[in-house]
Amino acid sequence: MASFGNFTHAIVRGIPASLVREALRSSFCEVDLAAAQHQLQLHIGTLKDELGLQVVELLADESLPDCVFVEDCAVVCGDTALITRPGAPSRRKETEAMKSALQELNLNIVEMEDDTATLDGGDVLFTGREFFVGLSKRTNQRGAEILAWAFKDFPVSTLPVFEGLHLKSFCSMAGPDLIAFGSSEPAQKTLKILQQSGNHHYNTLILPDDAAANCVFMNLSGKGQVLLHCTPEEYPNSAKVFETLKDHLLFPVSNSEMSKVDGGLSCCSVLISKTGS
Amino acid sequence: MTTEVASETEVKKEPEKADEQPVAAQQQDGEEEPEQLAAVQDGVTPRAASPHADRKSKEAKGLSRFLPPWLKRQKSLSRTEPSEDREDKTPTEEQQEAPPSEEASPQEAERDESHSIGSADTQPAKEEKGEGSPERIGDGKEEEDLLESKAGEKDEGKLLKLEAEVEKSSLKPAKKMKTVTCQVTLLDGSLLPCELEKRVRGIVLFAKVCEHLNLLEKDYFGLCYKDHADQKCWLDPAKEIKRQIRNCPWQFAFSVKFYPPDPSQLTEDITRYLLCLQLRQDIASGRLPCSFVTHSLLGSYTLQAEMGDHDPDGHCLDYISDFQFAPSQSKEMEEKVVELYKTHRGMSPAQADAQFLENAKKLSMYGVDLHHAKDSEGVDIMLGVCANGLLIYKDRLRINRFAWPKILKISYKRSNFYIKIRPGEAEQFESSVGFKLPNHRAAKRLWKVCVEHHTFFRLVTPEQPPKARFLTLGSKFRYSGRTQAQTREASTLIDRPAPHFERCSSKRLSRSLDGAPGLGMDDQSGAPGQGLTPGAKNGRDPALELSSDSKDLDKTQEDVLKHQASISELKRNFMESTPEPQPSQWEKRLTASPATSLRLRAQAAFEEEVPSSSVLSSPVAVPTGLPAACTTSVSAAEGDIAVGSPPAAAHVVEKALPRADGSSYSGSDAGKTAEDKQKSDTLEQAEVEIEETVVIKEVRKAPKVEVTVPEVVVTIAVTEKEPEEKTGAEAEGRGDEGVTQRGSTSSDSHSESEDEAEYRPQAPGESIDHIKEVPEEEEELAVEAQPLEAEPAAAPPCPTTEEQESPLKDEAQNGHPEMQSPQGSVEEDEEDEGEPKLNGDASRAETEGLPQVICCSEPPVVKTEMVTISDTFAAQKTEISTTEVPIVHTETKTITYEAAQVDGAGDGEPGVLMTAQTITSESLCTTTTTHITKTLKGGVSETRIEKRIVISGDSDIDHDQALARAIKEAKEQHPDMSVTRVVVHKETEVMEEGKD
Repeated sequence: MASFGNFTHAIVRGIPASLVREALRSSFCEVDLAAAQHQLQLHIGTLKDELGLQVVELLADESLPDCVFVEDCAVVCGDTALITRPGAPSRRKETEAMKSALQELNLNIVEMEDDTATLDGGDVLFTGREFFVGLSKRTNQRGAEILAWAFKDFPVSTLPVFEGLHLKSFCSMAGPDLIAFGSSEPAQKTLKILQQSGNHHYNTLILPDDAAANCVFMNLSGKGQVLLHCTPEEYPNSAKVFETLKDHLLFPVSNSEMSKVDGGLSCCSVLISKTGS
Repeated sequence: MTTEVASETEVKKEPEKADEQPVAAQQQDGEEEPEQLAAVQDGVTPRAASPHADRKSKEAKGLSRFLPPWLKRQKSLSRTEPSEDREDKTPTEEQQEAPPSEEASPQEAERDESHSIGSADTQPAKEEKGEGSPERIGDGKEEEDLLESKAGEKDEGKLLKLEAEVEKSSLKPAKKMKTVTCQVTLLDGSLLPCELEKRVRGIVLFAKVCEHLNLLEKDYFGLCYKDHADQKCWLDPAKEIKRQIRNCPWQFAFSVKFYPPDPSQLTEDITRYLLCLQLRQDIASGRLPCSFVTHSLLGSYTLQAEMGDHDPDGHCLDYISDFQFAPSQSKEMEEKVVELYKTHRGMSPAQADAQFLENAKKLSMYGVDLHHAKDSEGVDIMLGVCANGLLIYKDRLRINRFAWPKILKISYKRSNFYIKIRPGEAEQFESSVGFKLPNHRAAKRLWKVCVEHHTFFRLVTPEQPPKARFLTLGSKFRYSGRTQAQTREASTLIDRPAPHFERCSSKRLSRSLDGAPGLGMDDQSGAPGQGLTPGAKNGRDPALELSSDSKDLDKTQEDVLKHQASISELKRNFMESTPEPQPSQWEKRLTASPATSLRLRAQAAFEEEVPSSSVLSSPVAVPTGLPAACTTSVSAAEGDIAVGSPPAAAHVVEKALPRADGSSYSGSDAGKTAEDKQKSDTLEQAEVEIEETVVIKEVRKAPKVEVTVPEVVVTIAVTEKEPEEKTGAEAEGRGDEGVTQRGSTSSDSHSESEDEAEYRPQAPGESIDHIKEVPEEEEELAVEAQPLEAEPAAAPPCPTTEEQESPLKDEAQNGHPEMQSPQGSVEEDEEDEGEPKLNGDASRAETEGLPQVICCSEPPVVKTEMVTISDTFAAQKTEISTTEVPIVHTETKTITYEAAQVDGAGDGEPGVLMTAQTITSESLCTTTTTHITKTLKGGVSETRIEKRIVISGDSDIDHDQALARAIKEAKEQHPDMSVTRVVVHKETEVMEEGKD
């Protein structure tokens, strides 16, 4: 637990032009490719320059319009990486590049070989103590079971996702034992269940906007607690909430374009903690 | 026996309470007291007199330091606290105790036990000191005592017993006792042979093992064995080993039962070491799944602890493959282990163990006891019991978690396991979640594990066992050992220098695991959580299970199995009051049992006497849950006592008749409770051991109380019957539902039968506990409480002996037809005697104001032949061979005490059987049947409650205690009723020594 959020590496992926038209989305929005790419570069810059992570950048693949959302392709915890089987068939091939990148990092690779299992990384919330897997349109029970098998050391619980694409579309870790949650009714319902089924008591940070509850927490040596969160421009009310966090080093990161295709801040990176060797 | 004695005391005390009520009762008491006193003089020191001194002196010794001061205080307090009544009672209890000779078991050994017991009562401290486990129990109980003196006392009794036993075992090895050599597989894989007397309780063996290990913090541990079904069962320290294991080999494994969530809080390194050994087994067996990295890390700490610092020049790779770090380990893992091992240089073995535990404790399945189950949709799931609550897994996925605070009630019924969930913020209603276990035993085992874990981890002090009420159904099982809080408290007092111990190589361990006799853990079943400490009264699930389900299972012979099964079914039926089989058996019993006949008489008399009327009360209530609950908890041995001290037995308690139902039942009823246990079976059936409590409490004291004086007839019949009926069918409903509904007025009844049991984690008080032991013999105690308005005073019972067996049936049958409720609504529930529905119905009726009459249909047919031989006090041994079960030899003894008044009952009008309930407790099967008789003559309503308790067990039933307890309980429960008749019917199987 002490090492939770102590990331050393990040894997990111470029944005293909096909994202503009072909990326999956829940509502029709026009994405400004250039703006999206700019925002991603700023995001990567923060990880690399501000936070000192070693960033592995995978090339975009035009045949995979959603490939920028690398989070869905793998779940990494400790030295183990689970290569997922994304719920959207069009995204299944995204895992190939991810797998090889993770292998490069000498992680123990576990693959989902069950054709009935689906799991998007966006549905996986790791608290440092246990996993919660959202059962959503993209993730099923079998996928969660395989995740539980892959990460035997930790309890794995499932949570219903009543609304939104992923579990982490309305929640994420915002600190040690601190979970950010959106204030919508569906999000709160899920939170209730989380609180009941979780092993541990977590503090919650309730945000007015569900999407703003998707943030990226790190606990870096030398930096302390770091939080990438929404900008005041996008979610002014939620940004104010983040600003109340005294112990965190705050980095507002723009994500307005990606959010048009249901992408959150956490979607754009797979964070890895490689300690020791 | 010892324990029982203690219980006896309690019983008497209660009677004292009774004094307040009816005059008659007082009279009786008075009579009793003298005897009691005498008994006291006999050598038993009255508790009141010298408790403190003894304790202190004892405390000073050895283990005493181990005990937290406050515990000690409590004890003293508890004893002190008891009012005068208690003191008075105490003597009585002692008396009861005294009678040990009476007990079926002739052997000197038993006597010794009794004596020791006596001493135990007086000097609890010593006992505790003597052996930790007993102490624990005692402590827990004592604490409870503070809360509830009565219950506590009982507990003490147990403790005492246990302790005494331990002492005894240690002191006098085996002279006359037969000894058996058992093997205990220790956590390091080595075997510890132990010579034990055959009859000793689990605590004795556990104490020996702990002594051998030099272990003080033993509450986290327990002994387990594998039953015939190859299921891992926890040995109940409070029960005889032989009865638990049946025909299984005397092979046990010492294991961790409660995994401490924070091992760093353990006081001694040796304790942590043992926990490490357990976890290494768990990991190697796959029961505790780990990731590659964790396997490697834990393995590296193992090497550091066992091998010391890594020797660069050594060839650890040569031997490393001899260690088992994982269920299957690769070369890669071994290399990783060595790599990590190198980094631990300088770490002491104790530090390495501590690090091992720090990492292991975080594992998701650490300390989780898994049980196979199906959810409501038939999907395979696993239920995991751990320190924090109940976890539901599907595959490896945790699909739900119910923390202890969220759980209001835990119960099982047959093979179903239920938890009632506290409503959340949003919800307004409690919800219940049900699971289907593979079988009844599994359900019971799970239930016990839950009870134990909840108590151990969640409570500061053990919950008192449910107190028996008039009708108590279900298991009374409660964890009686120390809780984690208590054991931690106790551990702080450990001041010995760290004991030296050898760390054996896990190389050997891993090997031994394979070869070890049965102890390994079953992945799923084996889980850790079961109660370890001696404290558990019932011990472990296993025992319980065995008793109930296992009866069937345990026996080797198919016949036996069947027989047992039938028995268990019967019990169930009774408990549940299902119509079908039970009644028949029940009736049989009635018939068979003298008590019944007595009742009949008594009833008649009452009717005449009783004028009133209309409301009846309690009996009805009983079934319905109404009013009077008579619980009889009979501890095993009571029969004898009863005999010896008749007076005690008959107390007249007045009860207000509770039932004010509105309905006027002018006729009074005769309540009959029949409890039969037909356990004729042999010792093997140990199942009986199970304590089940059926609680139907209450009688509502109703508003309109008719001043009826209920009579309580206590019948203790020990019979061996072989029940072949299937009772099982119905039983289900009754317990929980009935109880709950009823609960309105008075109490919640917990019905726990073998089949069912409830446990309400949060409301300890509710539960009633009886600890009963089932001896080889079956004993039935029937307590009839008949409220007679007119007759307040119950004359002191005259001891009479009856040898009648058969009449009862007739009564019952007769009763049915005749039953009519004044209001005219008669419900007949045939075949359903104890069903919950009945209860429910009745309650409804009450509300409605319409009286309902429930008829029990005909008496069940018992296939077995009962031969009763005997009479009076002296127990004669007769060998009776039952036709069906040839193997069983039975000794039957019947003793009847009747209040003089009772006899007057007019035979002419048989009571109408309003309702019949059967309650079975683990250790006892209790069937309660209530007959409501409307008396045309006087318009007098008479309520008679007959409670019959059947105790079956392998051995050592303290009849006296059982009787005393039954009476006491009956009085307590039906304060307004008097005990008119006590019949003790004792059947003893003559065992063949060669067996078992």
